[in-house]
Amino acid sequence: MNIISFFEKNGMITSFMVIAIIMLISEQISTRILRKKIPGSAIAILIGLILAYYGGVQSGGEKGIADIAFFSGFKLVGGSMFRDFCIVATALGVSFPVIIQAGKAGVISLILGLVVSFVLGVLVGWAFDYHDAESLSTIGAGTLTFIVGPVTGSALGASSDVIALSVATGVVKAIAVTIFTPLIASKIQLNNPHSAMVFGGLMGTTSGVAAGLAATDQKLVPYGALTATFYTGLGCLLCPSVFYLLLKAIL
Amino acid sequence: MLIYGLGLLALSYLAGQLFGDFLGEFIGVQANVGGVGFAMLTLVLLHNYFQKKHWIKGNFDDGIGFWSNLYIPVIVAMSASQNALLAFNHGILPLVAGILIVVLGFALVPLISTIKTTNE
Repeated sequence: MNIISFFEKNGMITSFMVIAIIMLISEQISTRILRKKIPGSAIAILIGLILAYYGGVQSGGEKGIADIAFFSGFKLVGGSMFRDFCIVATALGVSFPVIIQAGKAGVISLILGLVVSFVLGVLVGWAFDYHDAESLSTIGAGTLTFIVGPVTGSALGASSDVIALSVATGVVKAIAVTIFTPLIASKIQLNNPHSAMVFGGLMGTTSGVAAGLAATDQKLVPYGALTATFYTGLGCLLCPSVFYLLLKAIL
Repeated sequence: MLIYGLGLLALSYLAGQLFGDFLGEFIGVQANVGGVGFAMLTLVLLHNYFQKKHWIKGNFDDGIGFWSNLYIPVIVAMSASQNALLAFNHGILPLVAGILIVVLGFALVPLISTIKTTNE
């Protein structure tokens, strides 16, 4: 009997057990060593990222630890279906008056988040010696999220290495949001639903926003998700069209 | 019944995501637009309606609350299945662009948060 294929066959259940162990270790580190200065959930997410890096090195695949047979259930449990299902479940606690009050700021942050990310990506691309509108737009789009980058790149016919750069930029953004949000949250007054909606719109990367807020304060998650959920779709709409044409006109 | 709560959550999820996919197709992008948001809205509205009709009995809400509580473990699994290697494998450009935009975003949060819609 092959023990690894047994765990692979029961992948989802195996991942529940492994995640429980990760959570247990993280909580212990948080309470015993760090005296609750860093929440257990933040440590667990960080351990997750380290496992993802290790999995990538070991397997050479794209799905982090999930590419190792024993952890294959992570593909499902850590996939977008489970993630979005859980985010929707958190919605029962949201307050509509708060959402309406933050509505205007949420929309402004969404628009600003899209424009600022694209412009910054273009400037960085320019600094790294890319001077054609197609490559610059693709890098700019990757600075939105790792989905908008390849969508824009393939629509504009950018080269495959530029598309890879744009995906990598989006992944760095998601990881940076995840790690730094719990550390900086109190300094930027990210402690209420209103600023969580603004945060979701400015950052936009659903994985980053979801993980960053989870590590900060779980109550803020549905508010951040509410604005972030529009970001990737709108980015895919604007980058290969309006943003690209504007950039081409400027160049 | 717990399964009714879970069923309502599933219905809301599917309705929202389907609408988000249609909206994406309608405006001509290869992505879901606002699916999670619409699903959240559907869930809150239907749950309110069910409450008014007194259809929420027993452990109905546990079918939803369980998934809400599972959120952090699922996010841990998500982090562990990110393509983390890629982030460090493509030289300096992705690191510079990816980190700069996050710093800029953090700086903008308190500024934009001062905008409030006031009731007249």
